Amino acid sequence: MSTHTVRVTVNGKAHERTVEGRLTLGDFLRHEIGLTGTHFGCEHGVCGACTVLIDGRSARACLTFAVQANGREVTTIEGLAHADGSLNALQQAFHEHHGLQCGFCTPGMLITLTELLRDNPDPSEAEVRDVLTGNLCRCTGYAGIVAAALAAAKKLRQGA
Amino acid sequence: MGAKQFGARVQRLEDPALLTGRGRFVDDMRLPGALHACFVRSPHAHARVGTIDASAALALPGVHAVLTAEDLPASMRDARIPMMLPVAGNPSLRTQHCLARGEVNYVGQAIAVVVADNRYVAEDAASLVMVDYDVLPAASDAREAIAPGAPLVHSDLPGNVALVVPTSYGDVDAAFAKAAHVFDEEVWAHRGGGMAMETRAVLASYEPLTDMLTVWSSTQTPHLGRRTLADMFARNLESIRMIAPDVGGGFGPKAPFYAEEAVIPAAAMKLGRPVTWFEDRREHFMCAIQERDQYWKVAVAVDADGKLLGFRGTMLHDTGAFAPWGIVMPYIAQVTVPGPYVMPAYSLEVTVALTNKVPTAPVRGAGRPQAVFIMERLMDRIARELRLDRVELRRRNMIRPEQMPYEIPMIFRDGKPIVYHGSDFPKSQARAVALSGYETFRERQAKALAEGRYIGLGLGNYVEGTGLGPFEGVTVRVLTNGKVAVATGATNQGQGTRTTLSQIVADQVGCRIEDIVMTIADTAAISQGVGGFASRQAVNAGSSALIAGGAVRKQIIALAARALSVPDADIELEDGEAIARTGNKPKLSFAELARLAQGVPGSAFVEGQGPGLEHTTYFTPPQASYCNGTHVAEVEVDPFTGGVTFLNYVVAHDSGVVINPLIVDGQVQGGVAHGIGNALLEWMRYDENAQPQTTSFAEYLLPGATDVPTCVIEHVETPNPLNPIGVKGAGEGGAIPAPAAIVAAIEDALSPFGVHFAEMPLTPDRIVQALRAASAYEKLEFV
Amino acid sequence: MKPAPFDYHAPTSLDEAIGLVSSLDNAKLLAGGQSLVAMMNFRFVIPDHLIDLNGVSALAGISVAGETLRIGAMTRQRDLEFSSDIVKHCPLMREALRHVGHRQTRNRGTIGGSLAHADPSAELPLVCAAHDAVIEIAGARGTRRVPFAEFGQGFMTTAVGLDEILTAVELPLWPAGHGFGFHEFARRHGDFAIVGAAALLALGKDKVVTRASVTLCGVATAPLRMGDAEAKLTGRPLARAAIRAAAATARTIEPITDIHATADYRRHLAEVLMARALADAGRRAGVTLEGGA
Repeated sequence: MSTHTVRVTVNGKAHERTVEGRLTLGDFLRHEIGLTGTHFGCEHGVCGACTVLIDGRSARACLTFAVQANGREVTTIEGLAHADGSLNALQQAFHEHHGLQCGFCTPGMLITLTELLRDNPDPSEAEVRDVLTGNLCRCTGYAGIVAAALAAAKKLRQGA
Repeated sequence: MGAKQFGARVQRLEDPALLTGRGRFVDDMRLPGALHACFVRSPHAHARVGTIDASAALALPGVHAVLTAEDLPASMRDARIPMMLPVAGNPSLRTQHCLARGEVNYVGQAIAVVVADNRYVAEDAASLVMVDYDVLPAASDAREAIAPGAPLVHSDLPGNVALVVPTSYGDVDAAFAKAAHVFDEEVWAHRGGGMAMETRAVLASYEPLTDMLTVWSSTQTPHLGRRTLADMFARNLESIRMIAPDVGGGFGPKAPFYAEEAVIPAAAMKLGRPVTWFEDRREHFMCAIQERDQYWKVAVAVDADGKLLGFRGTMLHDTGAFAPWGIVMPYIAQVTVPGPYVMPAYSLEVTVALTNKVPTAPVRGAGRPQAVFIMERLMDRIARELRLDRVELRRRNMIRPEQMPYEIPMIFRDGKPIVYHGSDFPKSQARAVALSGYETFRERQAKALAEGRYIGLGLGNYVEGTGLGPFEGVTVRVLTNGKVAVATGATNQGQGTRTTLSQIVADQVGCRIEDIVMTIADTAAISQGVGGFASRQAVNAGSSALIAGGAVRKQIIALAARALSVPDADIELEDGEAIARTGNKPKLSFAELARLAQGVPGSAFVEGQGPGLEHTTYFTPPQASYCNGTHVAEVEVDPFTGGVTFLNYVVAHDSGVVINPLIVDGQVQGGVAHGIGNALLEWMRYDENAQPQTTSFAEYLLPGATDVPTCVIEHVETPNPLNPIGVKGAGEGGAIPAPAAIVAAIEDALSPFGVHFAEMPLTPDRIVQALRAASAYEKLEFV
Repeated sequence: MKPAPFDYHAPTSLDEAIGLVSSLDNAKLLAGGQSLVAMMNFRFVIPDHLIDLNGVSALAGISVAGETLRIGAMTRQRDLEFSSDIVKHCPLMREALRHVGHRQTRNRGTIGGSLAHADPSAELPLVCAAHDAVIEIAGARGTRRVPFAEFGQGFMTTAVGLDEILTAVELPLWPAGHGFGFHEFARRHGDFAIVGAAALLALGKDKVVTRASVTLCGVATAPLRMGDAEAKLTGRPLARAAIRAAAATARTIEPITDIHATADYRRHLAEVLMARALADAGRRAGVTLEGGA
């Protein structure tokens, strides 16, 4: 069983660890780096709770090995708020529109929508729902999440 | 004092931490030196367990122990996990041992636990544990399990019928004899699992310095867990603390006590190190309680005007291999059928069948979706056969508000007769129907049909017993730093308990909501607790919060009045200050008052003064609070594929007074999503050997963002006279009538073909099968 | 659900990768990982070695040369989705990609991975079958080319040997303006198709079909070309009756029953979706079908 040195930047901070080849990126974040905001809901790539950005593209941390993140930049939920700790427009919109209940799927939701709004600043409701099919929620019935996404998109377009 | 927070759409206090990745779910917690567990589970649905050879597992580097039943403390080894609603004197209704003793009765049942440096190694080791199984025949389908000659689910029991429970009132035979019409129906009702996004998890740590065993569990019932552990370890209650930290969804399956919640602490105590276990999703599919199959064979009798005269039938309920919650779920189904309708005579005999599958117990709705499904399918049938409008037929049969309080002569699972108070069923139905555009629907439907589109409307009414007792307590205490501490046995799995209770306390006590520090779901914070299930916390903990907050309010006022030398009536409380209304408005902060309330060591209090500013209330409801609602679903069905899409979904929801409309809307919307899953997607499959076939999210389908419409929700608030806040439970109503309304809508959409549906889930495959049997494709062109 | 132990290898060249896959026993190639890693997490697949192809940049890329569209095996599905070459030259693939998994899986998933995994319900193999694609496979003994019709060897088994690497797929292009249609039915958006149908039509004068390609997924171990359907269409004007007759050839197929669908339902869906795909293909080829449904 091989071990490897992994150098990865997470939320702008560089980390170096020596890990087994089979350690998933999700476990690397949660146990090696101590960032427990990324959650495991299924470990087979369906629920999306573990979604992070790798070099700016959303990916499931349960289906990626930590060694694959070597040399890459990873963004997690812990990296979304403003530098002063205040909620960003998307997080604030989730708060205002009741886009979370238990909060377990929320990290994946926020990451997926961060990517969407970056690439498509004026999505339709259908486009929001379409991209969210990769993230399961058992609590909210999605209404608050969709409303939050559209509200945040509007706010960001207005320059918030 | 005006109620500023109560009734307002207050944004949730729980959000900021969760939105920034600072939630603390069990698996987020790191204790130094913690080891990781993985259970060895039976791959067979029924087998005798012989020798367990852990030598290869123990030889793996990083493995610290492999524990079997023999390694548990005797009081735990011999104990069966508690039955939440015990059924006395019935050996067929039992629960399992913590680790298997001699026989396993469902795939996934825990046999041993591996403890290792991390979960990776623990899983490696678990696959090396050699168990000698003597595989026995398994009973899978409940109908086959009760047939003569079926394999025994438990080899020491005489058969697989655990219990037969008849319930009846009125003269059913007479009702059917005089009826103008009798309609039969056979229904297969299936519900699946709760499927919270967070699976189960347990972290246990024993501190010898304080002789304190602390267990964090992703549970809905920490106080029940602590009591159980006290029994199993034969320890004093006070030497055990159970905490439910952030919990990622509950929905029922996290309410009963599980074997793992005993075994992990036992491992921690034995090894002298913290032990943590995070269930994986495949385990969850195999081992977490779920609901499953019910087979109903019923008939309804009506007069010439469609008025209900009587109902009779039988229901077969699959309870699985064990009954951790007794028979509460089939029982609830049994007594929920009449719902909002006047039903003069009623008889349902329930047979509870054992099968070699994981136990069933309440999942959001708890047997009511099935009962409502039956009743609402029958109402549609009556309407169709008698050529009556579906809404009018229901209205005609509804219990009217003038008839409140209305008693149904059956005992609910709270041990009390079913008595509805203050509900207005016709109003809920009228509101939902009005909002749904029902009046003009037939026109729209005809127009759509002319364009080759099949749209339909369906409705469903329900009544739900909520706010179950026996109590839920709240302590309110003003701290010397001015904060208001609140402790409660209530728990949170996403329903915003902290926020709703803070709203109540802030209004009562006159502090800012942000100055409340609340401890929930921690047995160290309050001595008695029950937990979150049966939509009970807002009623019970909410009422306790009101009463305890009100009592503390009085204490603050009295103390401030004395200190400021004014009458009590001249004191106002606002934002954490007591302000005299007179003169130059002198005031005292809550911090100052809390210090005053401590007294001076050695001195006496003045008369009437007690120590601290603090009160604990355990509100005990006199009976269940019955809430109700009406759903109207509008769908479009593709008759070629059987695909169903939602055009609209309307809910009129009456859960009494609403503490926080934002949160209640969220509960309704989330419940409807669950109901859509039950109606169209979710199906726990087992093969003929009771092997689970759906063990991942690829096979078991949960609704996604393109499957769930945003509902139109209207709150009908009929205040509940049974508690001081007028609240009824709100957590399950969204799920309960949804399958009934949705299947009715599908049937309505396909009415040109005359197909009839009496099953849930109703899959596209089954829709196409029914259409083919009705020769639909001889009339339709594929292009 | 953690994977069993393995040795991880990260070659940076195709030669290095071939060297590894030829010399290591019980080795698996890691492409996008969206199927493989899930199976490894379940321990359904337990390789001793994992050879990560994500560092072999030569394996990714889209190019058009003459009448052939060449796609490197490690090209991400997301890049295919946004490739102007794909939109222009292979609109069927563009259409199919809307149904392939979810954004997160398309960010990582590759076309080579999808082809090698060979799930009977997958959309990209369906598109390649419809186009009579040629699969390029490299090994220690050199490179070989396998026509798609010979690529499938059974349930989730392909012609790629244990010591070989699927390196590219080449799709012969259809003429500009050709008709294409893609329809699938899945239980939820992004799920694997229960059944999917792909249609390509080239039309000549008077709406006469000069060439037809009709293919189904989800009904056999590999995508199924419906030769009988194609025969019913080719050489005659495209009309509703011809489409219905072509679609009705689905009644002879023998799909399996599993927990997702019965054989009868799959057979029924095949007919429905073939008809719809053909109707779309006709419309896109500029044909207005006579009459109304």
